[in-house]
Amino acid sequence: MPVAGPVAELRCITKSYGAIAALRGIHLSIEPGELVALLGPNGAGKTTAVRILLGLTPATSGQAAIFGHPPASREARLRRGAQLQVAKVPETLRVREHIELFSSYYEHPLPFAETIAAAGLAGIENRLFGDLSGGQRQRVLFALAICGNPGLLLLDEPTVGLDVEARRGLWTRIREYVARGGSVLLTTHYLDEADALANRIAVINHGRIAAEGTPAEIKERGAAIGLEDAFLAIMKESSLQEVA
Amino acid sequence: MPHIYWMEIKTEFLKLARMRAYTIFTVLFPLMFYCFFGLAMGQQSMAQQESMGQQGPNRMPPIAMYLLATYGVFGVIGATLYGFGIGVAVERGLGWLELKRASPMPAGAYLAAKGVVSLFFGALVVALLFTLGAVFGDVRMPPVQWLELGATLIAGAIPFCALGLAIGNFAGPNSASAVVNTIYMPMAFCGGLWIPYDFLPHGLQHFAPLLPTFHFAQLALAVLHAPIQGSVGTHLEALVAYTLLFSGLAWILQARGREKMYG
Repeated sequence: MPVAGPVAELRCITKSYGAIAALRGIHLSIEPGELVALLGPNGAGKTTAVRILLGLTPATSGQAAIFGHPPASREARLRRGAQLQVAKVPETLRVREHIELFSSYYEHPLPFAETIAAAGLAGIENRLFGDLSGGQRQRVLFALAICGNPGLLLLDEPTVGLDVEARRGLWTRIREYVARGGSVLLTTHYLDEADALANRIAVINHGRIAAEGTPAEIKERGAAIGLEDAFLAIMKESSLQEVA
Repeated sequence: MPHIYWMEIKTEFLKLARMRAYTIFTVLFPLMFYCFFGLAMGQQSMAQQESMGQQGPNRMPPIAMYLLATYGVFGVIGATLYGFGIGVAVERGLGWLELKRASPMPAGAYLAAKGVVSLFFGALVVALLFTLGAVFGDVRMPPVQWLELGATLIAGAIPFCALGLAIGNFAGPNSASAVVNTIYMPMAFCGGLWIPYDFLPHGLQHFAPLLPTFHFAQLALAVLHAPIQGSVGTHLEALVAYTLLFSGLAWILQARGREKMYG
């Protein structure tokens, strides 16, 4: 048995896609009960870091571990839940069927009623996924992340595309999960989201951790991030204008 | 562990059964084709055939019986290519498969469910075709032969599960049905599934043995003691070779797909 240590850890991780380096030596650890936000612009390497922790892609070099186990191991899979950016689940299945299927993958899943309550899905258990609103769909995906009763959640931009109310609702669910003793790694490109939820923020840019600290510490250096976002937005606008 | 497989199969079944596009394409299409070509046209050619008075152990069976085998092949392949091919392409494209791969689900459960459910819908098409053939086409066979034909049709779908997986690992979620149809329809026609091999243009007759559909159809026809091209052994070998080829292709394509770039 591994001794109590970080819930998740990335050590000296690099990842290259051919000649392009997505991660250039990342150190990151998540301690028990902690909610760490990985904050950075699009293309900074957030999703790559999450995919390595999920065992979906191997690192080019360095070590990754979930509860001391390799990310692709069964032990790691059983103790971790995930919400991915683009996951759309089949639309002709009911909320109940999705949750029961995912719960069956785990050895000690949450009772169905608890998953429903923790994800705020009461009353829509029997609706087809295709008939749900954007916020409800996101809550179903959150339910799939927590239904196995995992000690760690990896949430990759969980609130993208949600309206304010749905976003706040999901924040509440995430806070409740941490209050029950879970640990979370959340990626986001919203500073306010990281600020509202995280104990610790790691700012990632161009495949490197540019800054790390409590939300208060990061906010002191916030101008840099604001500039980065503004810079990217301008880049995008100008390239769109060129096309038009 | 068996519980996961069962849940996966059950969920896959419910998902497909509620998808109208799937049930219409896979179930109604082959039945409709068989009604037109096997039953309506069959009535006519039956009279002709009787007047020709064929004899011998391997004579041409009645059209309604002959086409029961080839449309059975057509139907079973449709159920697997649509269920497996489009299913995998869509679920991979939408990120659903990623989420499952990150979960403790055994990869085998996903593939087994797709296979079992595709074969189930294939068997359903076969059962309905058999009913049409027996009731309206006056097809008569000993019970053992019905069973043999049914079993051959279902087992013959296995190479096409592998082909479906290869397509699913290659096609995008929106283009998958176009890719499947572009492969499935010409392969069905040129393999002699719609029109018997002997009636195909000569150019196509040379080309047909390159297609897995041709070998599958010849095996099904062999069960009916219809005249076939080549031996049962060579058709079996060809289908085994195609299964290996498509599985290899599927493996290569999925390995390639995983290293897509992310920010």
